[in-house]
Amino acid sequence: MADKIIYLDNNATTKVDEKVLEEMLPYFKEEYANPSSMYDFSKNSSRAIREARGKIKDLLNAANEKEIIFTSCGSESANTAIRGVLNYDKSKKHIITTKIEHPCVLNVYKMLEKQGYKVDYIGVNANGELNLDELSHAITDETALVSVMWANNETGVLNPIEEISQIIKSKNKETKFFVDAVQVAGKIPIDVQKAGIDMLGVSGHKFHAPKGIGALYINSKTMITPLIIGGHQERGKRAGTENTPYIVGIGKAAELAIDNLEYEMTEVKRLRDKLEKNILQNIYNARLNTGLANRVPNTTNIGFEYIEGELILLHLSDLGICASSGSACTSGSLEPSHVLRAMNVPFTSIHGSIRWSLSRFTTEDEIDYVIGELPKIIDEITSISPYQNELKALKEMRMVK
Amino acid sequence: MWDYTEKVMDHYRHPRNVGSIEDADAVGIAGSLVCGDQLKIYLKIENDIVTDAKFQTFGCGSAVASSSILTEMIIGKTVDEVRKITNKDIADELGGLPPEKMHCSVMGYEALEDALKNYKAEGYVDLDEIKANDEENKIICTCFQVTKKTIIDAIKTNGLKTVDEVTNYTKAGGACGRCKGDIQKVIDEYYNGKAEKEDIKDLTPTQRILKINNIIETQISPELVKDGGDIELVDIKDNDIYVKLRGQCSGCKNSTMTLKLFVESTLKNALGSDINVVEVN
Repeated sequence: MADKIIYLDNNATTKVDEKVLEEMLPYFKEEYANPSSMYDFSKNSSRAIREARGKIKDLLNAANEKEIIFTSCGSESANTAIRGVLNYDKSKKHIITTKIEHPCVLNVYKMLEKQGYKVDYIGVNANGELNLDELSHAITDETALVSVMWANNETGVLNPIEEISQIIKSKNKETKFFVDAVQVAGKIPIDVQKAGIDMLGVSGHKFHAPKGIGALYINSKTMITPLIIGGHQERGKRAGTENTPYIVGIGKAAELAIDNLEYEMTEVKRLRDKLEKNILQNIYNARLNTGLANRVPNTTNIGFEYIEGELILLHLSDLGICASSGSACTSGSLEPSHVLRAMNVPFTSIHGSIRWSLSRFTTEDEIDYVIGELPKIIDEITSISPYQNELKALKEMRMVK
Repeated sequence: MWDYTEKVMDHYRHPRNVGSIEDADAVGIAGSLVCGDQLKIYLKIENDIVTDAKFQTFGCGSAVASSSILTEMIIGKTVDEVRKITNKDIADELGGLPPEKMHCSVMGYEALEDALKNYKAEGYVDLDEIKANDEENKIICTCFQVTKKTIIDAIKTNGLKTVDEVTNYTKAGGACGRCKGDIQKVIDEYYNGKAEKEDIKDLTPTQRILKINNIIETQISPELVKDGGDIELVDIKDNDIYVKLRGQCSGCKNSTMTLKLFVESTLKNALGSDINVVEVN
């Protein structure tokens, strides 16, 4: 392994912020009381949870902290919201979602289809932007739920959540709206009230809290049947003794996310743009997969034509650079990413697509290092490609431009 | 992260014999851009000996490593020797590949086969053979353009039993999955028809060991591992297959039964011939 790690895979997971860890530690050691207990000793842990809930409420701008419940991860948040709403009111059997949702959501709908639900999967254009007309036409009186991710994990492309909410409510006031916000927490401002969202899920480890903690916003007008049945915790919506240290962790991470939002939207974006601009300028077979679409500030998805993504990642890994790929080979599934396929990314570049995702811990030196090393790697891999004629033609075409 | 061997990593980091040969005597291609990997192999053949080989590959680490090592394996060999190389030989030479990556070694084998087919075709076309090949050349998986012959070759060489295994080795059925039924038919046809006729004695001793070992590794060992044990091939003498049991299996009262019932029946089924399993300590 390389001596130094340059971590540009923050959409997969993030480094735990030192300040988050520090805040958590007392709740592993001294403050281990069950927050539901009746003695004074439990006061600190129950207060810590209350404060953390308040911080998540602030991050999402929810009306009331009672609308926040803690879960174990983003997948649990999504499962609780989707299945919770459908199980509470079983009268309607129509759901609308998108073709580019995360598997933790898509696979829930695949299962619901088997249980008799009709699910419409809305497509995207070549830049990865959702087809809102298609969405609007799909909503009927029978639509129980619309579920749309705020930003896509592979491309970073943002969906216009507020506009979607208005479309839904104008067509059917009863339809519930769930937003998978895992990829936007800490990257753009979230306002669940202004955006008209009924339920919204986040995952701690995507914004510098540890893995194993998530949160779910459910507005006061939305009723669910809980997924995990047991004790009275989380107002009966999620049983199980509260995971105090991790709840404290996600609370602190939310507080830091609010503090650093400005930095993410300016400085992280500047570094992302620098990386993107240099790659596209210096490497002739590089192609920006998202065009001019509106994106989260930390992500760029770039295809390298006529070469394969896993090989790029392996060479990057030798230099300690971590990124990820939508190529078939990395997943072992033989099929390239469902997101890039939904966008009709050409076959010349779909297998060579690399996602770079930065964080507030990414430095300028790291970006400069990648900008310096990447052309050499791409050149080396391109030189062994059997598509030399095609590559030559591509090079000449780009030179003319 | 894949568990690649040092040799695989060495070959994708420093691929040997990259490039093309202008006046090649044989050129073979396997795979396509759509599928996500393609290999082109160029051979220079003098006096029936491969004097030079070069390759170009679009694909992942294991695809490049398979291509690279293949060129090393064939330079200096006679055409007849080269014809005997299978995908398993390529994978073995690399110290093994993850199961999901076995199709990379198959691609190497296919490109080589394609090259030699072209080489043989020079000035000589056997119409009867083309006719006989029609059924074999039938495309089973349209997504990845996999022929029946490729699937049968993979089954034969690697002792594959299930549709999932065929997908891992040939990619067939890995995309839309519509051909999974047809793949099952090819598997059934192979084991019901040809397998009964095939005698493992027809195989060379090396092929036989490889085949038996492959069955043990892919079909028997995983089942025993589930119960906390494992099995290892020790030796093969005529119809006697000597194996060593490790961990939970050895000394277990049921081990004799495990052996007789499970190992023997699996091997008998896959090899289609009479064999005895003997446990050694």
